[in-house]
Amino acid sequence: MSTSVETAAALDVRGIGKNFGGVVALQEVDLQVRDGEIVAIVGDNGAGKSTLMKIIAGAQLPSRGQLLVDGTPVHFDRPSDSRAHGIEVVYQDLALAESQEVFMNMFLGRELVRTPFALLQKRRMRRETTAILDELDVHVPSSRSIVRNLSGGQRQGVAIGRAVHWARRLVLMDEPTAALGVQETAKVEQTITRLRQRGLAVLLVSHNLDQVFRLSDRIYVLRRGQMAGHLMTKECRPDDVVAMITGSR
Amino acid sequence: MPTRDRATGVDTTTGSRPEREIGVRSTVSKRLLGRGLLQGWELRSTVVYISFIVLFLVFAVALRHDGFLTQTNLFNVVLQAGTIAIMSCVYVLVLSAGEIDLSIGAIVPLSALVTASVLQSHGFVVGSLAGVGTGLAVGGATAFLVTVVGIPSFLVTLAMMAIVTGLARSINHLQTISVSNNTFVTYFGSGKIAGVSTLFLWMVLVAVACTVAFHFARLGAHVRATGDNQGVAAAVGIRVRRVRALVLILSAVAAALAGMLYAGRIQSASYTLGETDLLTVIAAVIIGGTSLFGGRGTVPGALVGSLLLAMLNNGLILAGLNVQQQSIALGVLIIVAVILGRDRQLSR
Repeated sequence: MSTSVETAAALDVRGIGKNFGGVVALQEVDLQVRDGEIVAIVGDNGAGKSTLMKIIAGAQLPSRGQLLVDGTPVHFDRPSDSRAHGIEVVYQDLALAESQEVFMNMFLGRELVRTPFALLQKRRMRRETTAILDELDVHVPSSRSIVRNLSGGQRQGVAIGRAVHWARRLVLMDEPTAALGVQETAKVEQTITRLRQRGLAVLLVSHNLDQVFRLSDRIYVLRRGQMAGHLMTKECRPDDVVAMITGSR
Repeated sequence: MPTRDRATGVDTTTGSRPEREIGVRSTVSKRLLGRGLLQGWELRSTVVYISFIVLFLVFAVALRHDGFLTQTNLFNVVLQAGTIAIMSCVYVLVLSAGEIDLSIGAIVPLSALVTASVLQSHGFVVGSLAGVGTGLAVGGATAFLVTVVGIPSFLVTLAMMAIVTGLARSINHLQTISVSNNTFVTYFGSGKIAGVSTLFLWMVLVAVACTVAFHFARLGAHVRATGDNQGVAAAVGIRVRRVRALVLILSAVAAALAGMLYAGRIQSASYTLGETDLLTVIAAVIIGGTSLFGGRGTVPGALVGSLLLAMLNNGLILAGLNVQQQSIALGVLIIVAVILGRDRQLSR
C-alpha cells in the first residue's frame, strides 16, 4: 500500500510548544507519523522529549500549537482523551497491575462486560488476549498467568500487546526497553517491528541510538526544546545524529 | 481442579490451549468453578478448604461421642459462623482494595443498640433502617476521611473504632436493651422463612452477592487493580477514589447488618457484642487466602474460613477446652494456615 502524499498523517504535530512559567521547555515543534511507520525521537536529557510525549499522551496541555489525528484537530485535556482518539502509550515502567492476570491487564479499566451487574466476559477477554499476543509473537505461559511471575521481557510484551490492542491510530513508546536485559530487548524490538507490519503508526522515544537505527524509518532530533533535525534513517549515520543531538554541527 | 490451574500456569509449551478446552460448552457449576473461582485463585487459597476437611474429619472421629456430628450441632456451627461470614465476605473486598477497616467490631454493638432502641420507639421499618443507617453513616465518614481528606484507612478506622465504641457505650448507659419486635426478630436472625433460618439466608445472600461482585463483575476487577497498584489503576481510568470509598462503606454496612443479626438472634443488644469480631474476621479472611497487602482475594475462601473458625470453636468447646485454650488454638491455626499458604505460593 503506497501512502499518497495527500493522505493525512496518523498524528500531525503542528507548532506545539510548552512553557513552564518563564522557561520554554518546547518551542514550536512540527512532527508527523504515518501508518506503518516507526518514527524515533532522540535528544539529550532536557531536550523536551518527555514534554512532547506527555502532550501527545494527554498528560500535559500544550501552551501553543495544534495536534491533528487523521487530519482532524484534537484537544487532549487528560490521558483518557488521547486514548479515546486511539493513541496508546507504553511506558518504561510498564504500568501493569502485577498481581493480576495477563488478560485482566490487557483489559484493565476497559473490561468487556455484559449486563446485568457488568459481569466480566472473561472467556472473550482471554481469547482476544491470546490472539493479540500470538500475533505479536509474545510468549506467556497462559493468558491467566499472574504478571508478577513473568519475565521483564514478557511483561513489556504484555504492555505493548495492550497498547496495540487498543491503539487504533498510534502507539507511543517511551524508552520501551530501558528496564530490560539484552535478550529481552531483542525480543521487544522484534515485537515493535511487528507493529509496523500491522500498519500502526509508532512513535518511539529512545536513548539507545543503535536501537533507533535498527527500528526506525525516520528520526527527529530535539535539542534544547527545538527541532534540530529530521532525518531518514537509511540516509544517515549515527554520527550525524549524535552531532545534531549535541549541536556540534 | 487446582492442578489444572497449576498446569496451565507452569507449562509453557501448552500455551493457551487448555483454556480453549474449558471454553467448550459446560454445565453451570463447571462454568462457575472453571472460569470464575479457580481462575482468580492462588494456590494458597486451597489451604482453607483442605484445613476445613481435615479438621472436620478429626472432629468427626475424635468427638463422635460428644455430639459433634449431630444435625443440631452442625446447624449451630453454621449459624454461629453467620455474622462473621457476612463481615468476612465483604472484608475480602476491603483488603483486596488495599484498605483495612479496624472499626467493624465497634460498629456491631452500635448498630445493635441503635436498632434496638429505635425498634422500641418507632417499630420495625424505622428500626431496621436506623441499623443500616448507622453503618452508612460510619462508613460514609470513614470513606470521606480516607478518600477526600486523604488519611490512610488504618488511622481513620482506628480513630473511628474509638469514637464508635464510645458512642455505643453512651447509648443507654451500658445497659442492655431488649429486642421484642417480632417482625424484626423473625427477619433478622431468629426466625425462619420456608423452614430456613433467616440468619442463614442473610449469610447466603451476602456471600453470593460478594462472590458475584468480586469474582465475576467489573467491580471486583477494579477493586483488585486498585489494591494492586493505585497509580496503575488510576492511569487506566479506574475511579480509584470511588472504589476505595465503596469498599469502606460496604464494610461498615456489613458490620451494621451483623450487629442487627446479633440483636435479632439473642433478642437483646449490649455494648459487649462483637468485641472479638474484628480479629476473627481478619483471621477468617486471611486463612481463606486473601492477601493482606491488596490485589488478591477470595470470597468463598473467606466464607469457608469463617466456617472453619466456628467449627474449631465448637469442636474445642465440645472437647472441653476453656476459652484461653481456644484462643491459643486459634492463634496456632492462623500461623499454620499462613505458613502453608505462603509455601505453596512460593513453590509455584
